[in-house]
Amino acid sequence: MSILTWLVIIPLLTITGILFVKDARQAKIVSAFGMGIQLIVSAVIVYSYVALRNAGVTDEMVMISSYEWFRSLNIYYTVGVDGISVAMIALTSVVVFAGIFASWEMDDLRKEFFISLILLATGVFGFFISLDLFTMFLFYELAVIPMYILIGIWGSGPKEYAAMKLTLMLMGGSALLMVGLFGIYFNSAPDGGELTFNIIEISKITIPIEAQRWFFPFTFVGFGVLGALFPLHTWSPDGHSSAPTAVSMLHAGVLMKLGGYGAFRVAMFLMPEAANEMAWIFIILTTISVVYGAFGAIVQKDLKYINAYSSVSHCGMVLFAVLMMNRTAMTGAVIQMISHGLMTALFFALIGMIYGRTHTRMINEMGGLMKVIPFLGVAYVIAGLASLGLPGLSGFVAEMNIFFGAFEHPDTFRRVATIIAVSSIVITAVYILRVIAILLLGSIRDHHFDLLDDAKWYEKLSIVSLLAGIIYIGMAPLHLSDIIRESVMPIVDKLL
Amino acid sequence: MSLENFTVMRHELLLTLAFLVILLTEVFTGEEKKERVRILAVIIFAIVTVVGFLPLPEGSIFGDMFRATRTTSLMKNILNIGTLIVFIQSYSWLGRAENRDRIHEYFMLLMTTLIGMNFMISAGHFLMFYIGIELATIPLAALAAYERFRNRSAEAGIKLILSSALSSGILLFGLSMIYGTTGSLYFSEVAAAVRDMPLVILGFIFFFSGMAFKMSLVPFHLWTADVYEGAPVNVASYLSVISKGAAAFIFIIILFTVFPIIIATWEKTIWVIAVLTITIGNLFALRQKNMKRFLAFSSIAQAGFFLLGFIGGNQLGMTTVIYYALVYIFSNLAAFGVVSVIAEKTGRESMDDYDGLYRTNPGLSIAMMLAMFSLAGIPPVAGFFGKFFLFVAAAEKGYYVLVTIAVLNTIIALYYYLLVVKAMFINRNEAPIEPFKSDSMSKLGLAICLAGIIVTGFASSIFEMIRNLSYGI
Repeated sequence: MSILTWLVIIPLLTITGILFVKDARQAKIVSAFGMGIQLIVSAVIVYSYVALRNAGVTDEMVMISSYEWFRSLNIYYTVGVDGISVAMIALTSVVVFAGIFASWEMDDLRKEFFISLILLATGVFGFFISLDLFTMFLFYELAVIPMYILIGIWGSGPKEYAAMKLTLMLMGGSALLMVGLFGIYFNSAPDGGELTFNIIEISKITIPIEAQRWFFPFTFVGFGVLGALFPLHTWSPDGHSSAPTAVSMLHAGVLMKLGGYGAFRVAMFLMPEAANEMAWIFIILTTISVVYGAFGAIVQKDLKYINAYSSVSHCGMVLFAVLMMNRTAMTGAVIQMISHGLMTALFFALIGMIYGRTHTRMINEMGGLMKVIPFLGVAYVIAGLASLGLPGLSGFVAEMNIFFGAFEHPDTFRRVATIIAVSSIVITAVYILRVIAILLLGSIRDHHFDLLDDAKWYEKLSIVSLLAGIIYIGMAPLHLSDIIRESVMPIVDKLL
Repeated sequence: MSLENFTVMRHELLLTLAFLVILLTEVFTGEEKKERVRILAVIIFAIVTVVGFLPLPEGSIFGDMFRATRTTSLMKNILNIGTLIVFIQSYSWLGRAENRDRIHEYFMLLMTTLIGMNFMISAGHFLMFYIGIELATIPLAALAAYERFRNRSAEAGIKLILSSALSSGILLFGLSMIYGTTGSLYFSEVAAAVRDMPLVILGFIFFFSGMAFKMSLVPFHLWTADVYEGAPVNVASYLSVISKGAAAFIFIIILFTVFPIIIATWEKTIWVIAVLTITIGNLFALRQKNMKRFLAFSSIAQAGFFLLGFIGGNQLGMTTVIYYALVYIFSNLAAFGVVSVIAEKTGRESMDDYDGLYRTNPGLSIAMMLAMFSLAGIPPVAGFFGKFFLFVAAAEKGYYVLVTIAVLNTIIALYYYLLVVKAMFINRNEAPIEPFKSDSMSKLGLAICLAGIIVTGFASSIFEMIRNLSYGI
């Protein structure tokens, strides 16, 4: 069995373990233990991937293993990774690990919470390793549905509304996606022969252009919903602000990346001609996402809403970069996924921790928190600086690549779009610095806040594991981009 | 005709035998021991179900009026499994004092309907088909009125018998036209003589309407919700899965073997009816508060999904219809099983009563949640695979518009299935249903359903097995 399959098996074993433990304390220990192992396995996978590449293996996908499933429909359970998926796996395992520790002090139905959370993670891991569209789709839906329960039970605010809206919109996206997948499947053998769901096989043939024109929008929009493509992003602010901490972390940090990842791995990679033809529509939409999300964040007063809108902006940037279809921008897109994943997870973790202490998320009700909870405060500042693209942190590397790559295009349309999108950096600086000023600096607004405790050990563990990623990518970006760059090539080559 | 020929009727004969055994015990047991019939019936029926799986000689008797193939045998086995689960689920309900003197009747009536369905599926002649349908329907009306001391139950019985009499009339009218144009009622001869001409089409439309009544397709669905609500829960569950499944089976057989020539006509008809059924079933289900009515409308929408497998006339279509029927039996019976247990213990069947159920009865809530997810088509449970393959079957013939409408409808459906999940897991309740222990038979029934829901999806060999026995036009 390939080591990749363990990424699905370990979470399932962990869930089974949680089912059999007696109390909630043991449940969280089992979860932390299981996800710790998951983290180690992911590290081993990254290491062996790099070793394979250094040994001169040039296959598009490595560590492939394949089991026949539904023979008559040619459906296989096929797993394999390239640099992009390896990077996403590493991101996911870090965020899940941090998420477990961020929800160390849950009350109410804790066993169920960890089971749902890890089930969600199972779907995400499965999605990133799948090379078969059917299995990929299965894992995709598996990742979405636990959200309903997670937000509905443990959320806050208008949680029932938010949970239903999020689930229905995302499943609506997956409904469109399903039609797109059928289109791909039934056109996967234009010269006769056996139909297939296998991504590598399909990428070797050319799907007839008429079919591409029909099914590319279905597939791209289907994934785009999860990637917060304007105007289908409205689930994101409501969903993220109502979700409990760990769920916001996982959702904004990882789940939204499924959208970006799917958009180029499936929609654009398999239907490149249609992607080229229709890119302009989606470039307009994603440019709106980027700028609109940033402006949206400026006017919000609730910390979670600010971060949710900022996620719309940053995830829009991923799709924007993907549509630029060159090596630099694509590499930037993947780095942005990783960087935003870590950063936004950190934000949501910190917001959850601050909220747990102050019992409010309204920024104008807080102030001067840096004096009482310096650890959380400093972490918030670092996350903020990464978000606005300060050199030395991960955000800079990502945005640099994206905008540099986007501007490489000679045509005016893309350059104008790039210029508009770049303006979001300035707007981001405005809302980030505004929050930091009101929230952390100045005088303490409420004397109750004098008594607040700083981060506990498990909170520190959660924060540090995310911070380490952000700083590492910022300081040594080549380690990451070397892994990604080679794997971006096959996709870019098909698109040109 | 030798004795061996009768083995092709094994399913029917075994059921008749079981029926007679129950009848005899009715005569020979004393008043106080009548309750034991329940366990006897379950055991006998379990044996019948298992024996049904033994390899069977194919063939036809009565001058080709009755045909048994491995495909029909598979269909009958699937119905047997479902009926067995219904028997197990009815166990505790039959133990009630007011039902005690009529336990035999319940089993005998159910077995009779099943025999009718088996004959219907194996028919090679429209007359045999019609006899089967009547044998399947009339006892069902008696069953719907089983709790005759309740007005609603009696009302359900009357509604069922009247509407099915009407539908049988329409069906017969259509058959008479087909007979008039083709000069025969044998499936094979009709198939050879059918031409694309107005009277045949008209006859076919009448026949279609009659079948649509049985499958409760829109616009012939109006009886469904009232009957399900009035009938005892277990009878409603039988109606919604077994009766509907049997109708779907014979319908697809007749479409594929008797009417392939006029496929262009019936594809259009099915396209329209499928869209109507799925959409209207869903929209009505949205606002239901009574669990039985809710499941009734959801089952109307589900029947519409079956039609997606019909439409292409391809082998994959038949495979997915049979496969989906199996999945649907497990999922819907699990849902009805939970409703039945709760109605049995507390007498409550409104969706509001389910608020906060998870905190008092976690096991039942999990079972219900899995059933809902399976009906909605959410992975990893079997409903996902069933729906996905149905859509593949329709897409194979290029019906992308239909598939798109259907998948968008699954989102509407997801909304109301999630409402049940929301009630159980998220809503708070001042007076939730008290914690209670279900009896072992109810647990067994639910366990079989849940095992089915989980295994049927992942075990691809089941799908492949069905595929090997299916055929296209």
